[in-house]
Amino acid sequence: MHEVVGTTPEGDFIINVGPQHPATHGVLHLVITLEGETIKNIEPHLGYIHRSIEKMCESLTYRQFIYVTSRMDYLSAHINNHACALCVEKGLQVEVPLRAQYIRVIMDELTRIASHELWWGAMAMDVGAFTPFFYAFRERETINEIMEETCGARLTMNYMVPGGVMADLHPQFQQKVKNFIALYKKKIDEYNELVTGNIIFQNRMKGVGYLSAEDAISYGCSGPVARASSVACDVRKRYPYDVYGLVQFEEVLETGGDAFARYWVRIQEMQQSVRIIEQLIDNIPEGEFQAKTKAVLKLPKGEFYQRVETARGELGVYIVSEGGTTPYRIKFRSPGFSNLSALNQMAKGGKIGDLVATMGTLDLVIPDIDR
Amino acid sequence: MTNEALKIALINWNTALVFEEGGEWLNVLVPADQWKPLAKALRTLPEFNCNYLFCLTCVDWKTHLTMVYHLTSLQWQHNLVIKSVLNRDNPEIETVSDIWKAADFLEREVYELFGVNFINHPDLRRLILTDDFNGWPLRKDFEDSVNMIRL
Amino acid sequence: MISLEAIKNAVQSWLQLHIGGTLALVAESILLGILVITLFAVLGLLLVFMERKVSAVMQIRLGPNRVGPKGWLQTSADTLKLMLKEGLTPDGADRFLFNLAPFMIMIAAMLIMAPIAFAKNFQIWDINIGVLYISSVASISVIAILMAGWSSNNKYSLLGAMRSGAQIISYELSAGVAVITMIILTGSLSVNDIIASQENGWWIFKGHIPAIIAFIIFMIAVTAETNRAPFDLAEAESELTAGFHTEYSGMKFALFFLAEYINIFIVCAVAAILFLGGWMPLHIGNWQAFNHVMDYIPSSIWFFGKTFLLIGLIMWFRWTFPRLRIDQLLNLEWKYLLPISLLNMLLMTIVAILKWYL
Repeated sequence: MHEVVGTTPEGDFIINVGPQHPATHGVLHLVITLEGETIKNIEPHLGYIHRSIEKMCESLTYRQFIYVTSRMDYLSAHINNHACALCVEKGLQVEVPLRAQYIRVIMDELTRIASHELWWGAMAMDVGAFTPFFYAFRERETINEIMEETCGARLTMNYMVPGGVMADLHPQFQQKVKNFIALYKKKIDEYNELVTGNIIFQNRMKGVGYLSAEDAISYGCSGPVARASSVACDVRKRYPYDVYGLVQFEEVLETGGDAFARYWVRIQEMQQSVRIIEQLIDNIPEGEFQAKTKAVLKLPKGEFYQRVETARGELGVYIVSEGGTTPYRIKFRSPGFSNLSALNQMAKGGKIGDLVATMGTLDLVIPDIDR
Repeated sequence: MTNEALKIALINWNTALVFEEGGEWLNVLVPADQWKPLAKALRTLPEFNCNYLFCLTCVDWKTHLTMVYHLTSLQWQHNLVIKSVLNRDNPEIETVSDIWKAADFLEREVYELFGVNFINHPDLRRLILTDDFNGWPLRKDFEDSVNMIRL
Repeated sequence: MISLEAIKNAVQSWLQLHIGGTLALVAESILLGILVITLFAVLGLLLVFMERKVSAVMQIRLGPNRVGPKGWLQTSADTLKLMLKEGLTPDGADRFLFNLAPFMIMIAAMLIMAPIAFAKNFQIWDINIGVLYISSVASISVIAILMAGWSSNNKYSLLGAMRSGAQIISYELSAGVAVITMIILTGSLSVNDIIASQENGWWIFKGHIPAIIAFIIFMIAVTAETNRAPFDLAEAESELTAGFHTEYSGMKFALFFLAEYINIFIVCAVAAILFLGGWMPLHIGNWQAFNHVMDYIPSSIWFFGKTFLLIGLIMWFRWTFPRLRIDQLLNLEWKYLLPISLLNMLLMTIVAILKWYL
């Protein structure tokens, strides 16, 4: 499979991008068939960071397995944890206190902003602009500090537990988030000035990596990738969980289907996330932050499926329970895996530079693809 | 469509289908050899229009394998779960990668982790594991003395 | 006042007095070689340090600040590290060409130094076709890059070299036409004559709109010629890892790295000579008093000041813009820059014939 061959039998040039390559943002391996610099075919090879989390979860209890999922899509660790907690709660039929629901949604949205920040910086770096990366990290750092104060970790938070959240909020949490939001609103304009409006950037992005709405649906794309092809698939809108049903926000849809549309969807999504946080941050109700649950959780026999919207798209948690303390089988439907499968369709016929731009706007996180 | 309406519509299409209820979504049990026509109907008939295959996986029940397909219709907003029981010694099922392109990669993943053979799959090769890997890691009887954590 | 000219004259007369004749000439040549190499080393260290500090300012961070006072010794430490590293040659590489390429690119850069006037009457070789010499020698570097890319036996390198070849050869046209545009005004290819013609005002001020257009085109073209972002397609680390020098390590890599910065210095020096008067101080028409004050600033400071200003401009480009795609890059040259510069040349001819520039 990985043999080194210079050319295909037809005489086309083969180039291996990855597993160590700056544009793959991780250990992804793409075997690319080139004709000149035009891409004829892309064949992904996965598994360089496959830890078989699904198998590991089969021997972990319902309280333990959530911590492993932080390591899947490490940029939306909160949201992964949230999905697992929701799925277990669905099985246990626990009512989560409203305060916990508010905290969870605020944390989700902060995570989404942080994730999109990192994407923005990394994507700009892919198309050759270095400076945005540092701008993005400046704001991301503020979010990470808030996270650190609240849950003690910066990346793998493990804050959500079945029944609520692990600990109550930090006393200064609300003030810090409000300060951040006030600052952040101005920063988005700065981003647009630095990158979005740049003529070179627009030329690099527009009309590149086109994905039609039919293909987006057929490939099972979700999240900003699908929404940029005008597929309405935001789980927060369609199947609201926790307090997403109570807040006002818009599902960002673009019709372009190209790399620029995906870029623009994410920038607007950051603004929508700000909007959600603004609605919730002042109204966090008093009360318990965790529902009373038994020390050892046992899900009834049956199957439970919960989907949430991570920064990358629709994450599904499918638990098959035999009534024990550990899941019998668990399956994570990861957004990156499906989005990656559409890469060949998008990048075929483009140049290597287009491939890099397309991959940048797919926002691939390799541990999420490999699991 | 609600689960009930979906069930009636499915019975109208084929009376032999077996349903499993009690879960959140309607579960349909289908024999492996009848899966392909059902998939085609679900995708093409306008009353179903299940255009979005969002999850495809397999469960090892020690005596048999069960393929699980989660479908949704972005038009009608209904969800449907299709299950198909496979023989554990020689699991074979028709591919649906020509109906939903998402199934291409998902089936390859299931192929190498469970050993399910997807008939007529255009490119059924290993995606994650190395070529010389032995065994089907997500089956319950898989043992790896080096890398496995037992709790 | 101690000027570079005075030092040069002192050394020359001392050598003539004590050694005399042919031997003095040989001694001078050796001295020159040492001087050029020293200049290379100093410029390399300085420019790399400058680049890192400029990028740090752009990227709201501090940059190197640990080694030496305010990080000034950082680049020296890096060079030391690179010297101590093993210079690997990959198995499948063409060993001769692979090892030749870094020296070739260095020699090309060194040769261009000859006609550049660093200060008043301070020039290695006052050749009467100076500008032509610079443009022709500068194009040798593309051969070195192609050589490096091809001999590495690495597909990324090959792609990088091919991109680089297409890019440099195309952009040399615009750069050349921009140079010719200025030659029309001066009527001479000699560097000294070009500088002398700017005594009562630099060409960018005297030359009206065509000179400004030529300046902009020249800056864009030379940015592309030196493989700098936003035209760094030959390296394009997010696409081709490091392009043509992917396989190089240790000092051989350092030579490529150094050559890039030397080339930036050279093209900026040429731009300073053509458009900003080289070592010529800022003179404004008949303001005798002002002109006298300006004359007190040594000519070498004028030259290096202008050059570093332009280098700063090129660095600013690099840390602000995203990279172009290869087809867009070639479109920009062949569909926009080249026609514009040709028209601009015609315009300049009219200006020159009607003597509007005086």
